[in-house]
Amino acid sequence: MNRNLLEETYDVAVVGAGHAGCEAALAAARLGLETIIFTVSVDSIALMPCNPNIGGSSKGHLVREIDALGGEMGKNIDKTFIQSKMLNKSKGPAVHSLRAQADKMNYTMEMRKTLQNTDHLTIRQAEVSEILTEEYKTEGVFEKRILGLRTYSGATYHCKAVILCTGTYLRARCLTGELITHTGPNGLQAANYLTDSLVENGIEMLRFKTGTPARIDKRSIDFSKMQEQKGDERVVPFSFTTNPEDVQIDQVSCWLTYTNEKTHEIIRNNLDRSPLYAGIIEGTGPRYCPSIEDKVVKFADKDRHQIFIEPEGLNTNEMYVGGMSSSLPEDVQHEMYRTLPGLENVKIVRNAYAIEYDCINPNQLYATLEFKKIKGLFAGGQFNGSSGYEEAACQGLMAGINASMEVLGREQVVLDRSQAYIGVLIDDLVTKENKEPYRMMTSRAEYRLLLRQDNADLRLSKIGYEIGLISKERYDWVCEKEVLIQKEMERVSEERIGANKEVQALLESYDSIPLNTGVTLAELIRRPELDYEKLAPIDKNRPELPYDVVEQVNINIKYDGYITRQIKLVENFKKLEKKRIPEDINYDEVPSLRIEARQKLKLYHPISIGQASRISGVSPADVSVLLVYMEQMKHTS
Amino acid sequence: MKTDTIAAIATAMSNSGIGIVRISGSEALSIIDQIFVMKNNKKISEMPTHTIHYGHIYDGKELIDEVMVLLMKEPKSYTKEDTIEIDCHGGVYVVKRVLETVLKYGARPAEPGEFTKRAFLNGRIDLSQAESVMDIIHSKNEFALKSSLSQLSGAVSDKVKEVRSKIIHEIAFIESALDDPEHVSIDGYGERLFVIVNEVISKIEVLLKNSDNGKFLKEGITTVIVGKPNAGKSSLLNTLVGEERAIVTDIAGTTRDVLEEQINLNGIILNVIDTAGIRETDDIVEKIGVDRAKKYLNNADLIIYVVDTSTSLDENDFEIMEMLKDRQAIILLNKSDLKPLTTASDILKYVDKKMIQISAKEQLGIDELENTIKEMFFQGEVSFNDEVYITNIRHKNSLQESIKSLHLVLKSIEDGMPEDFYSIDLMNAYEELGTIIGESVEDDLVNEIFSKFCTGK
Repeated sequence: MNRNLLEETYDVAVVGAGHAGCEAALAAARLGLETIIFTVSVDSIALMPCNPNIGGSSKGHLVREIDALGGEMGKNIDKTFIQSKMLNKSKGPAVHSLRAQADKMNYTMEMRKTLQNTDHLTIRQAEVSEILTEEYKTEGVFEKRILGLRTYSGATYHCKAVILCTGTYLRARCLTGELITHTGPNGLQAANYLTDSLVENGIEMLRFKTGTPARIDKRSIDFSKMQEQKGDERVVPFSFTTNPEDVQIDQVSCWLTYTNEKTHEIIRNNLDRSPLYAGIIEGTGPRYCPSIEDKVVKFADKDRHQIFIEPEGLNTNEMYVGGMSSSLPEDVQHEMYRTLPGLENVKIVRNAYAIEYDCINPNQLYATLEFKKIKGLFAGGQFNGSSGYEEAACQGLMAGINASMEVLGREQVVLDRSQAYIGVLIDDLVTKENKEPYRMMTSRAEYRLLLRQDNADLRLSKIGYEIGLISKERYDWVCEKEVLIQKEMERVSEERIGANKEVQALLESYDSIPLNTGVTLAELIRRPELDYEKLAPIDKNRPELPYDVVEQVNINIKYDGYITRQIKLVENFKKLEKKRIPEDINYDEVPSLRIEARQKLKLYHPISIGQASRISGVSPADVSVLLVYMEQMKHTS
Repeated sequence: MKTDTIAAIATAMSNSGIGIVRISGSEALSIIDQIFVMKNNKKISEMPTHTIHYGHIYDGKELIDEVMVLLMKEPKSYTKEDTIEIDCHGGVYVVKRVLETVLKYGARPAEPGEFTKRAFLNGRIDLSQAESVMDIIHSKNEFALKSSLSQLSGAVSDKVKEVRSKIIHEIAFIESALDDPEHVSIDGYGERLFVIVNEVISKIEVLLKNSDNGKFLKEGITTVIVGKPNAGKSSLLNTLVGEERAIVTDIAGTTRDVLEEQINLNGIILNVIDTAGIRETDDIVEKIGVDRAKKYLNNADLIIYVVDTSTSLDENDFEIMEMLKDRQAIILLNKSDLKPLTTASDILKYVDKKMIQISAKEQLGIDELENTIKEMFFQGEVSFNDEVYITNIRHKNSLQESIKSLHLVLKSIEDGMPEDFYSIDLMNAYEELGTIIGESVEDDLVNEIFSKFCTGK
């Protein structure tokens, strides 16, 4: 028994200071709650142990949403990026996505500064080994609630809410071929005790796996044999608060090279030394970021794979070998990396490795990210079975917000699938069966035409403002912007353009069919070869408007038909989301449910009919039965 | 309150009497206005509620049926929504056509038990009856699911699966390119997709055609012929069909599997299933046949039990007779040309069903059998699984909806829309087709992306 007498009291405690933990702690502290954040190493705050990017397809959307709700990730990457690109620019606006290369060290440092300068926030280097809970009786039933934490040194921290953001550190194990170390990422200390305490409290754990490629020395690379990948000429910031002029910096390039038959042969010859194929790895890995050995085995017909060489920062020689994560032994790694054009003499700074860690089955959480069985205990990030910095950060933010709302006695915040990618992500995690680390994808968002990265502020600022993380000033601007967009859309829908010479000449210059009679400006904007900006010369009454207003007008007019269809779908969706299932419902008493549905409903405890309908194994007929039962309950209770 | 509009056939589907198509929901009135022509050319929606009107149902210019339409405006109807009931005169085919027309003009097929559900949720049914409402929903759905899957022929479901896998492959390609634009390029993909989508549309159109001529789902009375090995079941089927189809030998147990034939008895469609003889067997192939026979027996609308009167009743006969209790059945005393060891009175001790003396070999008693079946049908003693008709209409509706969605894909390509727009309507088509074979979307797309396309860090 530890006899450490150190005891402190906080409102909120956050375990882990990665991307989820930082957002959680900042949200709670900014809402005025006394908050403490624990990390095994203060030097690893907001560490990026894998790829050096923030954003990317659908992940860029998440960062924008985090920003619109008052989170930090967007601001932090705007301060520390060294290259930026808008992906999918030639595609529809729904899939445009920002991706930036970060200066990793700088990213960590800037986030650390922000944490250090936030009032009500205490940073503590310690390993949390235990959660403290108690059973209490409410309305005749026993329930469990969180009381606080204990660290490995024996100190006790009393608090009203705890947020677990342990990332990949719980009982972490790193594998490079035959070599196994019991460490977290980058050789950092693993957290080996907390799992036991969670299991004792009835939490079901899973074991997942992920991996990272080697880091190589820039000086040993022959860039002349690779294709240069530059950033965009005009950089768009992530944060709605960043002045676009401040991000027009000198950018650093990435480089493209390819694997070849020689590479694949080396890999195939050494598969028996891969812990994955030798059966040593226990955890379930993600299919979407396969190791290079996986790619070679599963896609045997491909004779080469793209490999991106990306800088890790301005103050390091290390380069990230994107596309070649591996758990093969280091001698094989050396051999295989050296088959790539430009890497013939490469020196490895850090080996590639696979990492296994404990996480939870997220179906134990409410959509608020609070544990169903333990009041006051919240969870976010990779601990919940997700993957990726952005996925982690947005969960951390929502867990931080909801823990704070609970402490403050305010209503919790759940974003639904029609409001945000964050809503889609969390709903998927808590409603669907999760068999591998979960990654965001635009195809997971059924209303993606509405959930664009360009309108995240319009969608979410009001919520951020009501929570208290967005300033009045910022919210007022969003309201004003909304009015400007509305007005301009009305104007272009009414503005008539005659078939005069100037108009025909302009149309001709864009290979657009000339006019027979007058049309509205909106009709011209809808033509695929034209847009709002191109029509400026013939639009005589056009008011002076900021770019982000113009962008919204153009998108809304251009894709009007599709957008209207999705809005209709959302209306139907909302109807079912609004039908709340009473918390005290007893599924054993609902007659005529099929057995499978009954079991699943008991397991997931959905909050709404909408959520119930998304659980696999619950049929439309079961949903109908449930509706009838609820109607009966409403009148008899 | 705005609700979507549902429609279904509200009466049993028999060839006798009238059939009623019921429509309920906020668009019920506008739909009926488009397809119902009254003598005075007035709009029925402008008539007072709870009135009945004579006129004709048209699908565009095509006349479908002469009907009476009952108008019930909300809230004074069973569902408390605007409700229309169309009384059709024609037989099964016409009732189906009327429903199809209603669906074409904007209603969707009602889910099993949905009228009752709406009536309850809108406060029309007493709360004390909630349990029975839930039971109706549950049992009707189970029944529909069972009939849908058991009636859908293997060939059709294979075709639907094939088309679906084509569609999901294309969506996965688009999505993997959007997800990882630096690895996968889809420039110029629109032209390729245009060709593929057209191919898919013509495949679905073939299915649609088949759904009309009965190849899709078997409509009719499911009639199962049972009896001991070599009792003469196959000979009977051959006689009824009029061709040698079942293998007929004198060796017991020759019909190893089940044989199915569709027979039209003066307008009554019989789906006759000839089963392997029921008897305890160690032969594996035959065992499967026997198990299947028992399964068919459970799903039968009508059972024809063939008794070989030249042998004595044994264990197998007792087992069969046990299964006949509480079922619609006809017992045929076969081989009446031979010296009988079993008589009608022997059987009557165990089970009381209509009995006919026949000789399948000499074609004696066949007319009497046909007349008996007809009589049972018109007196309503046997009816068939209505759900099959309804399911067929539902499937047809899904095929049509999927074609509509695919045409929207073609339009998006023609309009020069970016590639991400294609997958919206491709996904709708995929979902619609899934309802036919009882599959929802779940994680299909994500699985397809990861298994077929190599992306990732």
